[in-house]
Amino acid sequence: MKKLILGLFMVILPALGLAAGGGIPLDHIKTDHTDKASLQRGVAMFTNYCMGCHSMEYARYKRVAEDLEIPVDLYKENLIFTGANIGELMKNSMNKDMAADWFGAPPPDLTLETRLRGESWVYSYLRGFYKDDSRPLGVNNVVFAAVGMPHVLVELQGLCAVKPNIGVEASVEPLSGNINNADICPSYAIEGSMEAAEFDRAMYDLTNFMSYMADPVKVERERLGVFVLIFVAIFFVFAYLLNREYWKDIH
Amino acid sequence: MSKLLQWVDERLPVVDAWNKHLAKYYAPKNFNMWYFFGSLAMLVLVNQLVTGIWLTMSYNPSGEGAFASVAYIMRDVQWGWLLRYLHSTGASAFFIVVYLHMFRGLMYGSYQKPRELIWLFGMLIYLVLMAEAFMGYLLPWGQMSYWGAQVIVNLFGAIPVIGEDLSLWIRGDYLISGITLNRFFALHVVALPIVLLGLVVLHILALHEVGSNNPDGIEIKKNKDENGIPKDGIPFHPYYTVHDLVGVAVFFFIFFIVVFFFPEMGGLFLEAPNFEPANPLKTPAHIAPVWYFTPFYAMLRAVTVDFLGLPAKFWGVVVMGGAIAILFVLPWLDRSPVRSMRYKGWMSRVALAVFVISFVVLGYLGLVPTTEGRIIAAQILTVFYFLFFILMPFYSRIEKTKPVPERVTG
Repeated sequence: MKKLILGLFMVILPALGLAAGGGIPLDHIKTDHTDKASLQRGVAMFTNYCMGCHSMEYARYKRVAEDLEIPVDLYKENLIFTGANIGELMKNSMNKDMAADWFGAPPPDLTLETRLRGESWVYSYLRGFYKDDSRPLGVNNVVFAAVGMPHVLVELQGLCAVKPNIGVEASVEPLSGNINNADICPSYAIEGSMEAAEFDRAMYDLTNFMSYMADPVKVERERLGVFVLIFVAIFFVFAYLLNREYWKDIH
Repeated sequence: MSKLLQWVDERLPVVDAWNKHLAKYYAPKNFNMWYFFGSLAMLVLVNQLVTGIWLTMSYNPSGEGAFASVAYIMRDVQWGWLLRYLHSTGASAFFIVVYLHMFRGLMYGSYQKPRELIWLFGMLIYLVLMAEAFMGYLLPWGQMSYWGAQVIVNLFGAIPVIGEDLSLWIRGDYLISGITLNRFFALHVVALPIVLLGLVVLHILALHEVGSNNPDGIEIKKNKDENGIPKDGIPFHPYYTVHDLVGVAVFFFIFFIVVFFFPEMGGLFLEAPNFEPANPLKTPAHIAPVWYFTPFYAMLRAVTVDFLGLPAKFWGVVVMGGAIAILFVLPWLDRSPVRSMRYKGWMSRVALAVFVISFVVLGYLGLVPTTEGRIIAAQILTVFYFLFFILMPFYSRIEKTKPVPERVTG
């Protein structure tokens, strides 16, 4: 049986290296779909800052309200601006053709974004804007070169004057004792209302919410998976004993 | 109950069929764990059929609606996510068990006389399975679905004279479009499954006509007792039905770990670009087929020189087609007097090991972007792949084999 498992792994293992991929340094996070408070802060952030342009058109408001334990009345009052019904898909009102004119390309739907790009990518991207006067909107992004999106969160984060330190470890210079790359941004062109650490937490919540949206069944799936595996393990014991009983006369 | 059975049996040979294929089908008693994969392939086939039927109930095979309907299945359909993950994981599991099943055949010479037809039907199953998987992969209508299909269908364009018209005929359009999606859907859910089921029946009928091979590669029918029952044979039912049940439990344990905890399998079973809807105007940076096709894809990319006035791409297609075609003639390439690797000489063993390593590494090379070094590696491994077959008539004949026992061992 060991050989069987080993055999299976030998077939799939060599290709797993592909999953790493990338090349752009990122700040890595681990999302947690059971952290309802974080998800609630995330949906508020998403609705207020992202949803004006980006839809989540494969998901329904009602499912989000239920999964995140937000009362439907409260959700309708505070988190639906389009007058949509609670059971509707989370589309938005921006005209895609006009948006294409404004930004070069229409803002993509974000329902599945974290599964397309990766959670750490999204988290790094959200924190990766910096001032770049050569770009039409005056901003660029270290994770997404020549990005067409404006820095929507500038009032919170501020605008970094130089490329922010994304995917860079802080280090201490051995001779001078100076600490390098301690902060994500050494100097700001525009000051924001949040401290850097505060903004990081907010972006974690936002990414966590987007990750939940991309895979809303994850918590339930993994919970069920445990029971399924326990069942199969018990089934194995009976199958094994049955097999042994029959085969004891075969020599 | 027995009266009912009698009534039916007088009109349809159900008892006869039961005995012929299960209760009195005598299989060698020395099957090892490599013999699980045949019945596991059947199990996965049933999984694909059942989950496939239910997915069809909510899927919308149109360019406008396909991607959204898959999202709908994942979110709004009761247990839709489970059906889809069972189906998508099942597709990869199918190839895993089929590859291991084929490896078993190579290892124990199960294709040798008188089992050539079993091997041929098996190869046809493999071929249809590849077509089935390829067409199924277009249906989610994501970026990788779209561009993967685009690349593969364009390969037909490399055939001289008729190529361009042929790929146009396959697509039904000048590029992959909703028309292509619709016909691939029809083929995936109706035409190919029918062919597949027919071939599986033929595969098993042919097997039950000549009897199963075994790890020793000897004929158990040569040694029969006074009742005409092979001395080393045991009835398939109940002995191997309960035996396979253990294999099923182990398989399900691994299978469900993937389904419930790693349904994307790190981007191997569900590729990340497929979470973006198909867009004919936006080519992904790196197009890779799903892992089970990548050994052949690596061979395609390994051919880089034009030859006889025909482009390298054409010869790449020839090599890729040849790599599959040559498997069909395997029964006539093996000239060894023995079947099993247990009694073959060192040359056969080395050849098989090199073949397996080549195939697996080619699979890896087909997944990753090419570099100069990787192309050279793929070229060398492609040569090794073919040498396994081309040299087989020689090494299998000249090598010194070990004496084969009269009765099965272990």
